[in-house]
Amino acid sequence: MSVSVGVDVGGTFTDFLMLDSATGRFATAKVPTTVDDRSRGFLQGIDELGVPADAIDWLVHGTTAGTNAVLERKGARAGLITTRGFRDILELGRRTRPNAYGLSGNFKPLIERRLRLEVTERMDAQGRVVTPLSESDVRAAVQQLIDEGAESLVIHFLHSYVNDEHEAAAVRIAREMWPNEHVIAGHEIVREMREFERGSTAAIHASISPIVSQYIQRVASSLKDKGFRNELLVMQANGGMMSSALVASHAAHTVMSGPAGGVLASAEIAKAAGFANIITGDMGGTSFDVALVVDGKPVITAEKDLAYAVPIRIPMIDMHTVGAGGGSLAHIDKAGMLRVGPESAGSFPGPIGYDRGGERVTITDANFFLGRLNPGSVTGSNKPAPIARIEAALSEQIGKPLGLDATAAASAIIDVAIAELAGAIRLISIEKGHDPRDFALMPFGGAGPLHAIAIARELGIPRVLVPRFPGLTSALGCVLADVRHDFVQTVNLPMRGIDGNAVVAIMRQQAADGRALLAEESVDVGQVDVVHEFDLLFKGQSHVLRVEMKGEAFDADAVLDEFVRAYKQRFDLELPEMVPVLANVRTTVIGQREKVDLSIFRPSEGTLASAETGTRDVYFDGEWQKAHIYDRDSLPLGAVIEGPAIVEQSDSTLVLDPGTTSRVDEYGNIVVAIDQIPAAN
Amino acid sequence: MLNHQQAAKLGQSIDPVTLTVIEKGLQQVCSEMDLVHEKTSFSPVISEAFDRSNGIYGLGDGRMIAQGELGLPIFLGVMQETTRCVIEARDDLEDGDVILVNDPYLGGTHLMDVKMVRPFYYRGKLWCYLSNTGHWPDTGGMVPGGFNSTATEIHQEGLRIPPVKLVRRGRMEDDLVQMVLANIRVAEERIGDIKAQIAALTAGARRLTTLLDRYGQDVVEAAIAELERRSERMMRAHIDTIPDGTYEASAFMDSDGVVNEPLEIAVSVKVDGSDIEFDFSRSSPPCQGPLNSVWATTLSAVYVALKHIFPDVPMNAGCFEPIVVHKPLGTFIHAEYPRPVAGCAAEVSQRVMEAVFLALAKAIPDRLFAAPAGTSGNLSLGGHDPETGENYIMYYFSGGGYGGWWNGDGLTNGCSTIGISKSQPVEILEQRYPLLFESYALREGSGGAGRFRGGFGVSYKLRLLRGHGKASFLMEHGRFGPPGILGGEAGAPNRISISQKGRAIEPEHISKGEDFVLGPGDTIEVNTPGGGGYGLQAERDSEANADDRLQAYYPDHAGAA
Repeated sequence: MSVSVGVDVGGTFTDFLMLDSATGRFATAKVPTTVDDRSRGFLQGIDELGVPADAIDWLVHGTTAGTNAVLERKGARAGLITTRGFRDILELGRRTRPNAYGLSGNFKPLIERRLRLEVTERMDAQGRVVTPLSESDVRAAVQQLIDEGAESLVIHFLHSYVNDEHEAAAVRIAREMWPNEHVIAGHEIVREMREFERGSTAAIHASISPIVSQYIQRVASSLKDKGFRNELLVMQANGGMMSSALVASHAAHTVMSGPAGGVLASAEIAKAAGFANIITGDMGGTSFDVALVVDGKPVITAEKDLAYAVPIRIPMIDMHTVGAGGGSLAHIDKAGMLRVGPESAGSFPGPIGYDRGGERVTITDANFFLGRLNPGSVTGSNKPAPIARIEAALSEQIGKPLGLDATAAASAIIDVAIAELAGAIRLISIEKGHDPRDFALMPFGGAGPLHAIAIARELGIPRVLVPRFPGLTSALGCVLADVRHDFVQTVNLPMRGIDGNAVVAIMRQQAADGRALLAEESVDVGQVDVVHEFDLLFKGQSHVLRVEMKGEAFDADAVLDEFVRAYKQRFDLELPEMVPVLANVRTTVIGQREKVDLSIFRPSEGTLASAETGTRDVYFDGEWQKAHIYDRDSLPLGAVIEGPAIVEQSDSTLVLDPGTTSRVDEYGNIVVAIDQIPAAN
Repeated sequence: MLNHQQAAKLGQSIDPVTLTVIEKGLQQVCSEMDLVHEKTSFSPVISEAFDRSNGIYGLGDGRMIAQGELGLPIFLGVMQETTRCVIEARDDLEDGDVILVNDPYLGGTHLMDVKMVRPFYYRGKLWCYLSNTGHWPDTGGMVPGGFNSTATEIHQEGLRIPPVKLVRRGRMEDDLVQMVLANIRVAEERIGDIKAQIAALTAGARRLTTLLDRYGQDVVEAAIAELERRSERMMRAHIDTIPDGTYEASAFMDSDGVVNEPLEIAVSVKVDGSDIEFDFSRSSPPCQGPLNSVWATTLSAVYVALKHIFPDVPMNAGCFEPIVVHKPLGTFIHAEYPRPVAGCAAEVSQRVMEAVFLALAKAIPDRLFAAPAGTSGNLSLGGHDPETGENYIMYYFSGGGYGGWWNGDGLTNGCSTIGISKSQPVEILEQRYPLLFESYALREGSGGAGRFRGGFGVSYKLRLLRGHGKASFLMEHGRFGPPGILGGEAGAPNRISISQKGRAIEPEHISKGEDFVLGPGDTIEVNTPGGGGYGLQAERDSEANADDRLQAYYPDHAGAA
């Protein structure tokens, strides 16, 4: 029985969702993100929800502040102390280039060279000391970085994943000399082999830790002034949350946390609605983020790159970004081919339809012109979309070169975008070893539901599940998240004849570390779940396959059987002649929170007719068809809608193509069944 | 099945959406093959370094229909040559067959790139070929890993496989596999690579079948013809922007590894409207050592160079149409049996590209860059680890600086221009092999000065911890650094230094050498080239100069550290 508030601070808007499980009431708010001081918009939105701060029990917050600081290289001034001979690891990367073709472009390291210092020390790959740590070197380096005005510090030594003694000693000295929560050692964030990736993760942490923790402190203290009595919680990229008290030491975990919240919410909604496997498609203004939920759980990866040559190795919900969003520009290339994206009109000037000076045709403009988006209702504007200008631009920029009229041009833009998005989803599913046809599609984000039906049809996906608030899914994820902490330890041991006790010792330590963090957080959790996973590969390979431990105890044979089975399923290959190796041991500790009952979104009884706001001509399958328009907020429980139809709500628009039958379920979702699925694709 | 004219005619009437969708669909077939290949491989050169390529090739001449964008660039033109040679060599292909081949003279590169070609049947009729290539860590021969620098004929370089049936109507030819495995080092893992490579072709066949089922054979054939026409049009549009004229340049190899004299690649590029011609006939004659290049690799290098200059042209046979490369008969970049060719894919090809870059920089400097490091920097180390009791072969490729470009400094530690591979982490190398890196650092001062300076090379030093090993080097740009353009300075040349029992030696051929015996404590130090500078140093922005000083990028400037 409690009041939960989820807040997702995005680049343009900050979204709020309040659920009161005692009264069954919910409220939403959307305010422009105040970039100069994000906490200002935060507090304004809380006010709009209409609950006093002292009545809020849970307040969970997702943010992109950290991600953007890294991408724009506007992070804190971080210093690095590393093994002698290796100060340039972060600048050299893995010897790549930004694009496969083209030799222009360059790369700016997260920590500049003059703030990267070396000290005498060395471990070998087995964790044996080759050269003892020079403590005087460490002291001199820390002093130099303080003098240079560093705001945070990373200690990153080779092979610290196998023996952390030198890193631990160095970080102890650094903290003594510079008592500061923004001093961290690489092994404290991730204990995984590969010096560049581990160092990059630590560098990301150091670049954003001062920024994120300062911001969270500001929000927390303003909330306290307003009477909020509880611990402010922060969303993580793994789909769990943590106490704001841990932010300084876990800053890297907040990267991409907003979108992660959206996927987590999707998983929970789908589970409630009876769908275990879904593909989520979060479409906003500039991009389309795809993620997979398998058996009710978002797929997690620890191998993402935040940007070119900026890998991050903490477990994150596995999201793939395709450069096609509502603002993506359509153009004709030199070969006369129609292309959509990746260039975007952004939020300024934005699409022509937003009437803010945009002159080039975007996906959104095609949607306006074809009647799919309501030209009379433009997000963030009180003017209607200038249809005549859109038509002229469609004809001029796209139609003329292709020999099409404006309508056919707009339709072609949508079709190309859909083919691109569907293709990306297919490849992503296959890469994870899945067939998209075994999934339901769950669109969210403002533009997701506009294209979901067509994408699903292209992929042969028979069901689409549209959540009650597609534009607020990330905020909902904040409300639904459990407290979660992940641990990894590289071991690299052959599976046959493995010392099970050594593995169990690692698992126990990781679980204990997780429970200790939970205890530190003063968050009210019920049951604590501990999940162990193992990354395996065959000796000589580079790519691992992860298997979850079944049962209570570590059983090497069972783990090996599961690996062989998963490998066969994924790649259709059996390799009995090869040597299986346990690469990493992973443990996740989850503090379960009180479950929110999603039937809070149960619609009221009523008739479909009362939700209809009119009709509009909408272009489908080569002709203009009359589509019924419905108001989402008024749709009654159990309503059945036959396409063609459009469902409008303040945060999103759903396009229901001809040949679809939709039903409103008891959680307020719209479940769409698609009649004609091509036999194969 | 449509004939070419029918397909071309139908292609012009195909609607723009279907065209784009089929283009992406073909591309995805290739990406899926690349993915399966990479994820299941044992060769780290494939799984970590992406040294592989998968594609779809046409009937008759093997012309490229589509090739994976994630494949190694040098195979851009090579794979269609391989496929063509297999079509010519075997008229007995059946559904379910897979051909194995690595013969450099039959549309190949070096012996380590092992290719497979699978005839693809649709509804009972041969429709196209699916082909791929993967770099095997060893194919026998005089040095572990195959990157020798002293062979004088191909037979010293390793096992040469003509186009033979590895899979006959769906059944693997085990005798052949045994024969191959008996002739290569560290054979246990190769069966895994063979299976991975076949699995990639199988995945491609499955996906291509669904694409054809979905859109129909005629429509797909028509779209392929139209896509070719459009790629050609786009390439022509780019060539049209190059002022007409003849542009000449030369690039130089240090030596062939046997005779210590430089080799010249001289190119004369003639641009006439939207046509471009390359004449390399003034290049050096065939060489004794393994720095010859076979025709397929030379041709492909020209294609890759143009793709680096005009990266937006979609890849299919159409984009090669406006390009004429005259066969440079009688030169070292048109090697014939039995000339040794171990250095062709990794080194000579990059120098061919450099010659093309330097020539076109005279015509369109606003779209070019100074010379990149242009060497794969191969260090091979083979030996026995007494601690594990196992033999090992380590390959280590290193990056170098890219040239300054029209709007910025060159990239530091870029990959070879024919590759897209990632370097192996020091922590993994030290885990696998009995050695310790004393440093792995940015090579200060190596970027050629200029308005936009070159990127920096790498400086690394490693020490053998136990047992004995033999080191071989196949590198380049040791005699001459990568040239600058428009008055920019050259990047620093490659340097190798070996310490045997405290005695420092350098290879006689500067960037190449073989069988340097190392014992415990002996070290190898390599400094890779920086990129050339773009424009005059005097025109460099003062803030950029100040930052170079602040970050101590040049050792003669006082830095913070």
